[in-house]
Amino acid sequence: MQALQSLADNYNYFITIFLMVSGLYIVIARGNMIKKLIGLAMFQSSVYLLYLSPGKIVGGTAPVLDPAFTVYSNPLPHVLMLTAIVVGVATLALGLALTVRIYEAYGTVNEDQIFARDNKK
Amino acid sequence: MILLTLLAAVTIAIIQQRELFGVVVLSGVYSFLMASVMIVLDAVDVAMTEASVGAGISTVLLLATLHLTKARESRRLQRPYIPLAVALITGAALVWGTQGMPKFGAANTPMHTHVAPRYLKDSLPVMGVPNVVTTVLANYRGFDTFGEVTVVLTAGLGVMILLRGRRKSKKKKPKGKDKNKAKGAKSKTSPAQTTTASRAEGA
Repeated sequence: MQALQSLADNYNYFITIFLMVSGLYIVIARGNMIKKLIGLAMFQSSVYLLYLSPGKIVGGTAPVLDPAFTVYSNPLPHVLMLTAIVVGVATLALGLALTVRIYEAYGTVNEDQIFARDNKK
Repeated sequence: MILLTLLAAVTIAIIQQRELFGVVVLSGVYSFLMASVMIVLDAVDVAMTEASVGAGISTVLLLATLHLTKARESRRLQRPYIPLAVALITGAALVWGTQGMPKFGAANTPMHTHVAPRYLKDSLPVMGVPNVVTTVLANYRGFDTFGEVTVVLTAGLGVMILLRGRRKSKKKKPKGKDKNKAKGAKSKTSPAQTTTASRAEGA
């Protein structure tokens, strides 16, 4: 019972960790560069969850001030994650542009085939 | 909680799917689920940005790249034991780390008692904007936002430089017509991305 309670209390963190580890696994294990970039984006969004979860207060509302409410969630992680999302999409765009260039140079976006071609030269 | 479980399910689907178009669609689903989770966590501004930037612009960029490259992931030769081990060890370390985390939804943790009350209490009389996230983003942490704009500008310039060299080399070959059109669509997304970024700051 106590284990179940602690699972419910930390469920956000466990899912965050699962997403983070899956992102890491995709980045390392998959050879396709587009898939790698999606893995990187997943890793990033797990970090959003990691920041936003502790900022929530049970019974609080979104941090838009109104006389009807007294308890608000913490606005600081929200600000930081807004910045992180935009930077994340900038990273993704740059990575995808590089992928397109690599595809033109090698005719493939799979790491194995690129390495094979490099070794042949 | 259900949303979080769905997120995990979508993640497993992304790992297993090898058709890259499916992966891109699933990552759009993932972003929307993430935005819903953010609404539950009271982060409405972040949810809005995630839905527009994460699910919108990222998907468009990924689809444009898929159009320019092959849409099929080939199977790797060796079995992925080493990455699996690395991921599991990292995961175990992180789960161990959650033992020190505060209980979900608790109000008496250091992050809620340190600087946040000051933002919540002073921002309306001093700045006059009811949305605290906007106030902090544009006033208290304005330099952060400035740095963010610089990052977006640099990334946009990088994309433009990378893809411009492409057009010149393609012009020599007569077959590159179709690809050039797609490239035009893509470079159009870059300024759009910048405007969304500035909109996100305003949000």
